[in-house]
Amino acid sequence: MSRYIVRRLAFAALLVVVVSSASMILARLAPGDYVDLSLPPEASAEAKAQARARLGLDRSISAQYLDWLGAAARLDFGRSFLYDRPVRELIPERAANTAVLAITALVVATGIGLPLGVVSGSRRGALSGAIRFVSLVLLSMPPLLTSLFLVFVAARTGWFPIGGMGDSAIDVLHHLALPAAAIGLPLAAVLERLQAQAMGEVIGAPFVLAALARGVTRSRVVWRSALKPSLRHVAAVYGLIVGSLLSGSFVVEVITAWPGIGSLMLDALRARDVYLVTGCAGTGALFLGCGTLLSDLALGVVDPRASERVQEAA
Amino acid sequence: MTRRRSLRELWRAGSAVARDRMASRFGAAVLGVAIAATVAAPMLAPHAAGDHTDRLLNAPPTIPHVRDDAGEWHAPFIYPWRLVSQLEQRYEEDRSTRVPLVWLSHGRLVESSDDARAPLMLLGADSFGRDVFSRVLFGARLSLGLAAAAALGAMLLGSIVGAAAGYLGGLWDDVLMRVTDFVMVLPAIYVALALRAVLPLVLPPRTLFAMLVGIFAVVGAPFIARGVRAIVRSERRLDYASAAEALGASDVRLLARHLLPATRGFIVVQLTLLVPAFIVAEATLSYVGLGFPDPMASWGTMLHDASSNLRVFADFPWLLSPAVAMFLVVFSLNLVLQRAGAAVVYNERP
Repeated sequence: MSRYIVRRLAFAALLVVVVSSASMILARLAPGDYVDLSLPPEASAEAKAQARARLGLDRSISAQYLDWLGAAARLDFGRSFLYDRPVRELIPERAANTAVLAITALVVATGIGLPLGVVSGSRRGALSGAIRFVSLVLLSMPPLLTSLFLVFVAARTGWFPIGGMGDSAIDVLHHLALPAAAIGLPLAAVLERLQAQAMGEVIGAPFVLAALARGVTRSRVVWRSALKPSLRHVAAVYGLIVGSLLSGSFVVEVITAWPGIGSLMLDALRARDVYLVTGCAGTGALFLGCGTLLSDLALGVVDPRASERVQEAA
Repeated sequence: MTRRRSLRELWRAGSAVARDRMASRFGAAVLGVAIAATVAAPMLAPHAAGDHTDRLLNAPPTIPHVRDDAGEWHAPFIYPWRLVSQLEQRYEEDRSTRVPLVWLSHGRLVESSDDARAPLMLLGADSFGRDVFSRVLFGARLSLGLAAAAALGAMLLGSIVGAAAGYLGGLWDDVLMRVTDFVMVLPAIYVALALRAVLPLVLPPRTLFAMLVGIFAVVGAPFIARGVRAIVRSERRLDYASAAEALGASDVRLLARHLLPATRGFIVVQLTLLVPAFIVAEATLSYVGLGFPDPMASWGTMLHDASSNLRVFADFPWLLSPAVAMFLVVFSLNLVLQRAGAAVVYNERP
């Protein structure tokens, strides 16, 4: 098992290195640089050249990349042009915000989606029909649409604030509700559908019939005996969900003005702030690597066969 | 379970099937209407995408009436908007004059008889005074067209990669599958964003369209490639493939004529999953200002335009119509798909 974890950690590290290197090179290759975009168009060629020299943009891509790589090995990720602060100082706060948002959304999605999936998968009738319909509607509303819709509701009712988050925990929670719902609800629908499908399959298994025949109550069979084997389908997609969480949080952060890594990266991309783009991309890759690793380990807990396969592979 | 079902249960099961079928037919009908409206946009839209009435910024939807204040019936007509407050951009109907609608003139289905004074704006006007309804229709051409083209591109690229990996095996298989795995792990929108950011910000529309198709195709191709590879690999071991090989079929013939047709069902389902994803991706890119630029009408640029005004959500909700259009298209696609049991299909990793 430990060999497996080491291998996965190595993969996560590789992911971070490849993604940040690629984004660094892409950001440098992009037409127009920070100097073009930040200085007024009438600025003289000398002023521009001076600014480029100061920011290190006058060197070749390979020289700059190698320098950055060497510095990054010493945990110095360069200085943001846009904010004029080291990238290392800028990222943690934003990354923490994104992590809080993503984890809350995941908890919301699991807390709503799984139980409803068990209900709608294990019985027929109006209730499961209604759950299914709501799921189908939410499935058709990606975070882009849910967040626009929720912002619309917020603007009409004034229940939730948009932007301008303070430091107190209550204020953070108040601001968190809307973006977390915007990401969590479509995800809850995905989990509900998957869980319902899995539950439907498990309910038909002979051991369920046997338990019912022994006189075990229906709800006990559903929530105890059938639940665990049905969970592995959902557990198997958690690894893929990490990616969609990051994708979803990007657009939701932009729309609801949540100060996370997605909106930071967008600002950086627009301003061609090379080091900041690289830092954001690397952080995203780090989240991704850790997330997929955690989800694989969780899958092993729910489905012992999966971890055996994993150990054979390692 | 082999237990006899009661009549009640059978009826329930039957009605569930019937309900599913109804739902999927409804979805197909909505999709059909949407596609027809997209194709016929120049005829259905009362205005061109760029037409603007400077007097009517953010004007609310014009409502066609058939009865005037005196209670008399008329052919459908509209009332012109009168500006009540310049500052708040509030309008009210000028009930003193009726402006009849004219049908089938200027090659359009319907328009106002006095376009200068009272343009027909079924979904109101945006912040430049452009007709939102017409722009939703023209925007559908760009948004749906891009999604469809990108899905086809992803299909082509994905099938080639998948077929090569599955058929050649060995090192090819390893390398190609590692790469697809890698792309699949990455959040798609960031890949698209990064690739888009490399291109010049300002591009001619056609080039931009082609570039976006290319970017989306690269992001979507791995999902197709994985499945195609698996199917090609397993089909290749079957007797009919060996028979064809023994009869001297070339590699290309074996692939194109015998193995790839087996992937048809899989590819159709994947395409219907990619199209809504691409619709949303275009909207996301354009929303953040890295997709199509403003004067072009796509659902994303319209939302981008709406988002620049904070009062949209409270006072001008009709500017969000492209979001509703997007929802309707994706929802009806899902209704059609759920019958095939594929509304939620994640490409599970092996």
